Amino acid sequence: MTAPVQDFLVQARIVARDLRHRGLIQRALGKYEVARDRKQAAFGSWQSARQAAAETKWDAINHLDQYLDQFAQRLEARGTKVHWASNGAQAREIILGIIKSKGAKSIIKSKAMTAEEIHLNDAMEQAGYEVVESDLGEFIVQLRHEPPYHIVFPAMHLTRDEISDLFQRKLGSAPTNEPEELTMIARRALREKYLTADIGITGANFAIAETGMISITENEGNARLTAALPKTMITLLGIEKVLPELADLALFLPMLATAGAGQTMTGYNTMYGGPRQPGECDGPKEFHVVLLDNRRTELLADPEQRDALHCIRCGACLNVCPIFRNVGGHTYGTTYSGPVGSVITPHLRGLQDWKHLSASSSLCGACTEACPVKIDLHHHLLHNRRNAATGKPSVLERLAYHAFAFVANRPALWLFGKEVARLFQPLHVFVKGSYLDPARPWTATRDTPEMAPESFKEWWRNRR
Amino acid sequence: MTVTLFIPCFVDALFPRVGISMVQILERLGHRVECPEDIACCGQPAFNSGYWDESRAIAGPVLQKLRDKEAVVIASGSCGAMLKVFYPQLFADRPEAADADRLSSHVWEFSDFLVRKLGVTDLGARFPSKVTFHDGCHGLRELGIKRSPRALLEKVQGLELVEMPDCETCCGFGGTFAAKFPMISTAMGEVKCTSAAATGADYIVSNDSSCLMQVQGLLSRQGSRQKTIHLAEILAQQ
Repeated sequence: MTAPVQDFLVQARIVARDLRHRGLIQRALGKYEVARDRKQAAFGSWQSARQAAAETKWDAINHLDQYLDQFAQRLEARGTKVHWASNGAQAREIILGIIKSKGAKSIIKSKAMTAEEIHLNDAMEQAGYEVVESDLGEFIVQLRHEPPYHIVFPAMHLTRDEISDLFQRKLGSAPTNEPEELTMIARRALREKYLTADIGITGANFAIAETGMISITENEGNARLTAALPKTMITLLGIEKVLPELADLALFLPMLATAGAGQTMTGYNTMYGGPRQPGECDGPKEFHVVLLDNRRTELLADPEQRDALHCIRCGACLNVCPIFRNVGGHTYGTTYSGPVGSVITPHLRGLQDWKHLSASSSLCGACTEACPVKIDLHHHLLHNRRNAATGKPSVLERLAYHAFAFVANRPALWLFGKEVARLFQPLHVFVKGSYLDPARPWTATRDTPEMAPESFKEWWRNRR
Repeated sequence: MTVTLFIPCFVDALFPRVGISMVQILERLGHRVECPEDIACCGQPAFNSGYWDESRAIAGPVLQKLRDKEAVVIASGSCGAMLKVFYPQLFADRPEAADADRLSSHVWEFSDFLVRKLGVTDLGARFPSKVTFHDGCHGLRELGIKRSPRALLEKVQGLELVEMPDCETCCGFGGTFAAKFPMISTAMGEVKCTSAAATGADYIVSNDSSCLMQVQGLLSRQGSRQKTIHLAEILAQQ
């Protein structure tokens, strides 16, 4: 296996100059921006809403122990089994254990990034179970055997024609370019699966401590069917999903829809409070909730970056990120891509292995500006860079900055350096852009400015 | 007022016209201008790369030289943000913390200094061209500068400002990022150039020479007829 940084560089080089990809993503996200701006304007004050949301999440995360306890107790009081998983392996074991105890064969699943995070589908398939993704985008990428491209829009990198081709090959459908027809093809394939599935697995958008409820928002109704039809329902969620009160949803549901997809509200918003109660005629007979830590508590222990746990996975920071737009979601090689992925992946999977994601940013701050819960995203990239350099500095880079500081603090030496550069500049033309050019990373695609015959400081001295 | 210019290292060596324009404008407005010649760099490259000790080795002396000045003015949102926003973080919980906070309170980006500190928008400049304005990210998001450069451009005789839809999108420079991840940096710059080209402007203007170096580098390589120019150079034209 190659190092993540090598994979990232190779993929970034390919995708960044893929003009077809660039056009596709720019168009899709351009439309998103227009819709988002319109919906944001419908808020009395979007900035006040962000502030309120940030404060609510701050409370939730800073009292996570209490709220999680309350959440679990309320759920258990209505007959839900709550499981605590410290890491991915434990969560997989718990879920596979439930599946096995039910003698299940087939599983239907709605969208859950936490399931991607712990590679749940692979584990279930390896154990011999049939798993079908019911979200249209997830269904498409599952057919392609690839991970979601984006945390909210898993198949945004594909055109309708590509999806039609895929359906022809995998489902034997007739070619079509109509979104409605493509949806109907997927729906026909999926409806059968809902009816035969023994187990439904979902993720969660929010966990309400006050009432012990799971809140799921979706646009296709697939999560409702996933939860309602099979006899057993399993919900897997990260511990950071907690909100203190039910009333908090009044802000968070429209905010998630607006920031994530430029919608007023997501199509379906459902709350699950437990398994079928006596006297009720539908709903799962058994309801399991698996709470996943997987190093989130390490992030919690870092006061500087703790606010990264505020994330509601809306994807707004990905949508506005010029890096994401140019390298695409798969290049990151992580479950969570884009700015928030670059911030949290080093915490979840190791700083030294994933520090390149924090380095590959121009620190433009568009992410921080877009984040509905005000996570200080681009400054956390700086913090990760500092922590990475402190933990394991690059000898060469440190030496270079030492030398630079040495020269910068000695005006005569600095002046001498400028003269040397000016002297060598005419020779640059002979190697410019070639592999012999020390400035090749710049000059391969860009021209260099000429050094001025008279620098500002020379001009300044001469005029006095 | 005595105005102390902080001339970023690359402006000094590559774009001296920007500094000269600032001196001309400020002196025309009747201010005394000074420029400490022994300051080379703000320390941002090391800071952004995570080498905060090495950054402090440069930033410490800068702080000592500038802390007691009346107004420190910088023609770059990027270096301006370093002094105004990041020095207080770099020196937090250190003996220099108070100095860093003091310096922060009187550091100004050039266009913001003219408009919000001096209250001037009409400098009597004349520049008969069609231009589009690129918001440098550090100026825009770290320093909150959006209105000031436009207020100044609106008063320039003969100048027509045509906004591009992605004026707030990063040009892809990002300091050492441009050299460490050239393929991503270049793609971002190309997106910016395409957006600017669609306006039909003669010039892409910004208040940050580092963004302009990136954009000009691509424009020249592409053989584009568009050119870049720093806001201060336009404002100095009579």
